[in-house]
Amino acid sequence: MIFSFETWQITLFSISVGLASTLVILPFGVALAWLFARKDWPLKSAVETIVLLPLVMPPVSTGLILLKIFGRRSPVGRWLYDRGIEIVFNWKGVLIAMAVMSFPLLVRSVRTSFAEVNPRLEHIAATLGASPLRIFFVITIPLAYKGIVAGALLAFSRALGEFGATILLAGNIPGRTQTLSLAIFNFVQTGKDPEAYVLLGITVTLAFVSVWCSEWLLRAGKRA
Amino acid sequence: MFQLSQGMRKSFSVAAVFFVLAWTQASAWADEILVSAAASLTDVLKEISNGYQAKSKHTVKFNFGPSNGLARQIEEGAPADIFLSADLPQMDSLDKKGLLEPGTRKNLLSNQLVIIVLADSKLAISSPKDLLKADIKKIAIAEPSSVPVGVYTSKYLADEGLWDRVKPKVVPVQDVRATLAAVESGNVEAGFVYETDAAVSKKVKIIYEVPIDKGPKITYPVAIVKESKRKDAARDFLNHASSPAAKETFKKYGFVVLD
Repeated sequence: MIFSFETWQITLFSISVGLASTLVILPFGVALAWLFARKDWPLKSAVETIVLLPLVMPPVSTGLILLKIFGRRSPVGRWLYDRGIEIVFNWKGVLIAMAVMSFPLLVRSVRTSFAEVNPRLEHIAATLGASPLRIFFVITIPLAYKGIVAGALLAFSRALGEFGATILLAGNIPGRTQTLSLAIFNFVQTGKDPEAYVLLGITVTLAFVSVWCSEWLLRAGKRA
Repeated sequence: MFQLSQGMRKSFSVAAVFFVLAWTQASAWADEILVSAAASLTDVLKEISNGYQAKSKHTVKFNFGPSNGLARQIEEGAPADIFLSADLPQMDSLDKKGLLEPGTRKNLLSNQLVIIVLADSKLAISSPKDLLKADIKKIAIAEPSSVPVGVYTSKYLADEGLWDRVKPKVVPVQDVRATLAAVESGNVEAGFVYETDAAVSKKVKIIYEVPIDKGPKITYPVAIVKESKRKDAARDFLNHASSPAAKETFKKYGFVVLD
């Protein structure tokens, strides 16, 4: 292929960490979305708002908050550091930045797909003696799975595009934490537009395919 | 299938232990240092570190970003060994907080302020006063209140007694790259950037160089971070960055090397 080793390395790194971040947030996102869609509890709207914040806040300020939390000066960062876990300037920082920034998109789409599941089906299952856990896995999830996959794909695309929070928390270290977005920034900063366009093409292709699949699943979900 | 004799197995395991020991020893000896550096230094630093790694046991990794972000990371305890900033205030703030290794800070590089126009432009600028001419309608300058190059530019024009008259023509943009893009697109007639940045674009040309003694002092300071665990390797790399070979490389990219 015409791509250089660096281009492959950056692309594979971005895709793997993006996938890992999506898989990490998936169970939490699904659980939280269900709690938002099906249950009423105190402070629910406050929690909903907090979860949505990274979507509307400037990514750099989210990154600054994450840096404050996971930096060695904070109790959390110190505790992790003493146990040999480094977040800052590490791929784990990339994963956390991606996870936090894409979580709201996942929760929002999954919540909508849970809301579209007819509660009557769940009630019927309950009257037939199914446990709540069984209802969730046998009725709710299968009926909402297209929305869940669509949400996961959307979260993955957002993770791939993450820049502001990543550069602050994980740094922009070629070969260690540099993702597609960070590499594009570096190429633009140093006037290497052709190299930037190659990475831009890869990013646009990946984002297009996953957003397109996500939309297709949602439409298919509506028809079903 | 062939079986290994007892003796051979033993010598294999001895060899394995020896290799593991040798490997751990070597990795304890050869350090990997992390240099947090202004993004505009990407290319020149890569070339300099290639030269360094060819003759040194240590390896160098870089973290490229805007200087203020890099300083924030070091404030929060990020494991950087060396900080190379594109302006003094960021380094000063770390210095005041006692986060730099005493005695390691020095001014490494300087840059020259230049006026750029489109490569095929017919404009003639032989002194900054020419910016007042009617055929120059817009001038792109990086945000003059916060971005270092913008601060330097407005200070220079103020020293020349021109700032108040040039100001109505100024289009403040995000950074040096945005200044280059504005001039390249032809939406502004001229722009102020560093000489090193002008060199990366073939679509623009330098029409006026601000004389070094007249322009504000543009400084790239460097220092070892106090919390660094690899100070010897960091010192070794800084020595290399001041070597005659490295100085030649910096000059090749348009930097002025300070001593």
